[in-house]
Amino acid sequence: MAEHQTYEEQKQLVFYGLKLLAVITIVEVAFALFAKGHISPDITFGKDGGFGQALYMLAMVGASAYKAYFIVFYFMHMAHEVRGLMLSVLLPTTLLIWAIIAFFQEGGSWGSRREQIKEKNLEVVQPAPKPQGYYILPGTLKG
Amino acid sequence: MADSSVTHGHSAHGEDQNLWDGAKEPMKASYGKLMMWYFLVSDAFTFAGFLIAYGALRFSSPTWPEPDFVFASFPFVKAHWPLVFVTFMTFVLIFSSVTMVRAVQEGHRENRRGVVFWMFLTILGGATFLGSQAYEWTTLIKYENVSLERNPFGRYMADGELVDATGKPVMENGAPVTVKKDDSYLLHGHEHDGKIELEKKYIKYTSGNYAGQVHEVGQGPKAFGALFFFITGFHGFHVFSGVLFLTIIMINAMSGLYVSRKNGYEMVEKIGLYWHFVDLVWVFVFLVFYLL
Repeated sequence: MAEHQTYEEQKQLVFYGLKLLAVITIVEVAFALFAKGHISPDITFGKDGGFGQALYMLAMVGASAYKAYFIVFYFMHMAHEVRGLMLSVLLPTTLLIWAIIAFFQEGGSWGSRREQIKEKNLEVVQPAPKPQGYYILPGTLKG
Repeated sequence: MADSSVTHGHSAHGEDQNLWDGAKEPMKASYGKLMMWYFLVSDAFTFAGFLIAYGALRFSSPTWPEPDFVFASFPFVKAHWPLVFVTFMTFVLIFSSVTMVRAVQEGHRENRRGVVFWMFLTILGGATFLGSQAYEWTTLIKYENVSLERNPFGRYMADGELVDATGKPVMENGAPVTVKKDDSYLLHGHEHDGKIELEKKYIKYTSGNYAGQVHEVGQGPKAFGALFFFITGFHGFHVFSGVLFLTIIMINAMSGLYVSRKNGYEMVEKIGLYWHFVDLVWVFVFLVFYLL
């Protein structure tokens, strides 16, 4: 805990945090309803794909990331811990950036090949010839 | 040889001679707090794995249920209020996070009554969240028939008009019912011989690759139910364990156990870290399941 903060300052931080998280959440939900056509039925850029939805998603991810930063740094007091502790907790999470890129690419590729995958699953290939004789382990006593 | 080197070490670094007895805390955090942080790192990776799997499966699906259509029920009200109830749940968690910070602060001042009071409010918040989640799950499972492998929520893949099994247009107020690409639907179910059967709906597409053809309106992506129940369930289990540990630590604080330790109610600080982490995870669960 930060020794340089007075009790009154600490209490102020708590109410600032409450206001901040509440305002961001309300703005997020209001923007989600707006972007998905619940306020004006003609405005649906938040759900009809393309650039508008990408921007919408980016804004939502950004707002959530800011909430996460505030919780970790001020509610969990990471801002007042020594640098080594902060880095040892935060640096490993950067590995997730690669995980996100790799798995989303994988999912996207799977999604764009669904028809091809279906066709491949239905494809009839000539069955392999039956093995002659018998063998104990595959690839050892063949033939 | 070994003896002399130990003696040498002591004399050369006199001020550090208690280093190996646990006298000096690495990174100025106690063992317990440090281990809580690293447990939370590992837990963050577990949750990240689940959420990234959700993203990958969502990207692999041609459509995905629209959250503001799926999550629109509210207790005691027969209304379609998109995202209102889950916003309430988010606020419950925010409030309980704030009361937790207050409990930790009172702990630093060695104020037993303050710690117990704010921890009690935190527990109340956690329990309210769990109750709300129980309502949400009940609605989805019992009334909307979502299960681990069944998902009646979907979105039309192209424009079209609804027809019955014989291909005749479904009429409503004297006009055929038309639907647009990306419109959401819910297939209502009913119980038959102890099994849930979903209603049969047919659509005659007027655009897209299947224009002119009649297709059955199928279930939405089936991974949706499994991902939703698994991820929110795993988060809810964290909340449940949190409530359990908060209760134990509150009772300990009431009994005066931490007064004798004279370490600023460090145990409250440790459960506080965990509780904020649960709120942190909810920020991302809320993002991917309800906002995007």
